[in-house]
Amino acid sequence: MNNTNTELEKRSQDAMCVNESQLEHTWYYNFKYLIVGIIFGILFVKSEVVSWFRIQEMFRLQSFHMYGIIGSAVVVGVIAVWLIKKFNIKTIHGEKITISPKKFNKGQIYGGLLFGFGWAMTGACPGPLFAQIGTGATVIVVTLLSAILGTWVYGYFRERMPH
Amino acid sequence: MEFLKQPWPWYIAGPLVGLTVPALLILGNKSFGISSSLRHICASCMPAKIPFFHYDWKKEAWNLFFVFGIFIGGILAAVLLANQQPVGVNPALADELAGYGITSYNSLIPEDIINWHSLLTLRGFLLIVVGGFLVGFGTRYAGGCTSGHAIMGLSNLQWPSLVATISFMIGGFVMANLILPYILSL
Repeated sequence: MNNTNTELEKRSQDAMCVNESQLEHTWYYNFKYLIVGIIFGILFVKSEVVSWFRIQEMFRLQSFHMYGIIGSAVVVGVIAVWLIKKFNIKTIHGEKITISPKKFNKGQIYGGLLFGFGWAMTGACPGPLFAQIGTGATVIVVTLLSAILGTWVYGYFRERMPH
Repeated sequence: MEFLKQPWPWYIAGPLVGLTVPALLILGNKSFGISSSLRHICASCMPAKIPFFHYDWKKEAWNLFFVFGIFIGGILAAVLLANQQPVGVNPALADELAGYGITSYNSLIPEDIINWHSLLTLRGFLLIVVGGFLVGFGTRYAGGCTSGHAIMGLSNLQWPSLVATISFMIGGFVMANLILPYILSL
């Protein structure tokens, strides 16, 4: 890691500028996900999933809204995944669709509780953070940077934590 | 257009969120998840010598396109589909929040307590910086967030994801009802 600094600079530039070096060969490929993301972001904002107030209502059992959204999303997701497996539906590139199973570890409990705390404080899970910034809540950039730092610190201590 | 500008009801929004799962699978065999983007940002920007961040993040670049799209979607929704009405909330919540000085409902976040100036107050620092840290740390420790576990994982009937989702909810209930009132009173 002799060139850590120059390498770091290059990489962060790429991430900040939506990775232009990648665009030449895979632009079309990744563009699809940008479109899905845009639709998803609009959906997030218009359904108020990204509203701090809606999250507070959810955790105080004062509104059905969030439960309805998560619940119906899961129902649709379950049916869709079932159909994909049942009819062996392929991707648009003809590739077989694979979903790797999740293994249980204690992190899902400890980390889950910690994320729950953060969710109720910030009123946002990671996705809504990006949408909130888009709506003009610029201070949420700080929340996002802090979340990135949290992920980094987790990576740093990962080997020493119970899993 | 007027219809689109109203807040979308759960029975429209929920199924559409659910359709993101097959959309990403069919478009390119991608499992729906958002918190991983934070890891890719770490891996791309500051991997240091941490093994957890040494992987070919470019193969996951799609995820960064996806979250960038969410950001643009936020802009479009705010600019083109803005709803002039304040955010509607349960009156009991409005009463409680008024007690903490939260009376502005013009934004999706409580502008009275989450803004650039409040960053320098203990309350603002806790909500913005500490809260954000817990989101990033917790989701990675849990191996996913609401999208990865609660939606993708449950869609694939993974019981570890159910454990994670229940843990998210317990954490949220404890924070919102038992701890947050003290933070908001600061």
